[in-house]
Amino acid sequence: MSLQLRNITKTFQDSGQDAVRNVDLEIADGEFVCVVGKSGCGKSTLLNLIAGLEKPTAGEILLDGAPITGPGADRVVMFQEHALFPWLNVIQNVKFGMEIAGLPKQEQEEKAMKYLRLMQLEEYRDYAVHQLSGGMRQRVALARALTLDSKILLMDEPFSALDKQTSNRLRAELQDIWMKTRRTIFFITHSVEEAVYLADRVIVLSSGANSVQDIVPIELERPRHVYDNAFVEYRHRILDEVQKEL
Amino acid sequence: MAENIQKGNSKIAKLLQQLLFLLGIVVLWQLLYFVGVDVLEFWKPYAMPSPAGVWKSLLRLIENGSLFAAIGNSLLRGMIGFAISVVIGTLLGFLMEHFKFLHQNMRPLVMGIQTLPSVCWVPFSILWFGLSEQAIIFVVVMGSAFSIAIATDNAIRNVPPIYQKAALTMGANQKQIYRKVILHACLPELISGLKQGWSFAWRALMSGEVMTTCIGLGQTLITGRNLADINQVMLVMIIIVLVGILIDQLFFRSLERSIYRKRGLL
Ligand SMILES: Nc1ncnc2c1ncn2[C@@H]1O[C@H](COP(=O)(O)OP(=O)(O)O)[C@@H](O)[C@H]1O
Ligand SMILES: [Mg+2]
Repeated sequence: MSLQLRNITKTFQDSGQDAVRNVDLEIADGEFVCVVGKSGCGKSTLLNLIAGLEKPTAGEILLDGAPITGPGADRVVMFQEHALFPWLNVIQNVKFGMEIAGLPKQEQEEKAMKYLRLMQLEEYRDYAVHQLSGGMRQRVALARALTLDSKILLMDEPFSALDKQTSNRLRAELQDIWMKTRRTIFFITHSVEEAVYLADRVIVLSSGANSVQDIVPIELERPRHVYDNAFVEYRHRILDEVQKEL
Repeated sequence: MAENIQKGNSKIAKLLQQLLFLLGIVVLWQLLYFVGVDVLEFWKPYAMPSPAGVWKSLLRLIENGSLFAAIGNSLLRGMIGFAISVVIGTLLGFLMEHFKFLHQNMRPLVMGIQTLPSVCWVPFSILWFGLSEQAIIFVVVMGSAFSIAIATDNAIRNVPPIYQKAALTMGANQKQIYRKVILHACLPELISGLKQGWSFAWRALMSGEVMTTCIGLGQTLITGRNLADINQVMLVMIIIVLVGILIDQLFFRSLERSIYRKRGLL
């Protein structure tokens, strides 16, 4: 068992709003968890709490038994906007986290190339960020996140700013990578289809008294197909959950 | 390729047009002088500069060596003053950004001082330093350091928070955030701030120079007045504009451009 959230509540001081309410959750090692819910129901806040970018008002978060006190490289975040640095080229961006960690130059180079190759971006190693398409940028951001071998990868709607075709391709690539590496992933999306496609468990958040409305284990073989009956059934069930919310 | 040539051509055409426009103004000016001074005797010759007179002044000041000495001295002084301003301004700006207390209390004060025209520092400066080099440099620093401080504060504050968040979750500490993220992220805006700081410094320099007796463009301007030589006065004014523009274009504009281009902002 790797990540534990114990009765987490987050109240923002300025608005006095409870963005996250009474969340109890355990995420196992190597698990792929997706979070869905209406916009404004607290998904990003929950992710920021795990990342350590926000502090919970009540409750505690444990990573391998140790409480989280702030942000760190064991919980890398991938954001909806790519958050690559425009003053660095592709490979320099990919190396950024490893440079922070103080890895030897040789190792940085090898690892950066390994993940660029995995994302099929090795020819773009010296490109400037602005020369890449939106999908390529997110793949560079993913490569950068993967180099850090973090205990858990936090992703906040990473594909939702992309067109449908690109985001479908990226989610297939992500599934591939996950099957190869079995990283622990906490993945926010507003697309129920994306959640059912990727997740071991889908967490449905609501704005009710308890943030977690339901947790749905997806018991489908991978790779999954969106037209399978079982897939469609899961999709409808979760969509109903999301929409029934008051 | 063809597009590039066309772009280059239109650039040259634009430049040519600007040159022709300037030439037109010079011709018009000479004509005005001819009609107003020579034909109608409406203006006294000593009260009206002319392109020909300015040209003669230029040749004379080049020949006796005073023009380049003046330009060199003014530039050197301006650069020393500007360099001091950059150090003080960026440091102050950084502190105002970093400490909330300073941002809340110091920044309004700095903004207030910044609105003071630099010539207002001259009497104070002379009382402190006498009619000396230091007095002029003090005026330059007072005239530009505060605008650089405000610009630095703004530039850092305007860095999109997502860059810091991304670096934080990759394990960066506060020092690394400043060195590896904020310093680079704020650079385009910071350079613009320095550019503006330079234009303030150059103006302040002239306020300082006309009040003291050190060799420089400001002093050459005052000598022209003392000799009642309006052509020399006009010449120096033109040179002050040209030198200011030259530094702006040659240094700051090209620096700005290369940074913007590298980031795809152009
Ligand atoms: N920094 C903040 N300060 C105050 N309120 C916030 C802040 N961040 C988010 N909120 C509020 O918390 C609620 C949940 O926001 P968020 O977690 O971003 O939702 P989601 O990601 O599910 O769309 C929203 O009502 C939002 O207005
Ligand atoms: Mg969100």
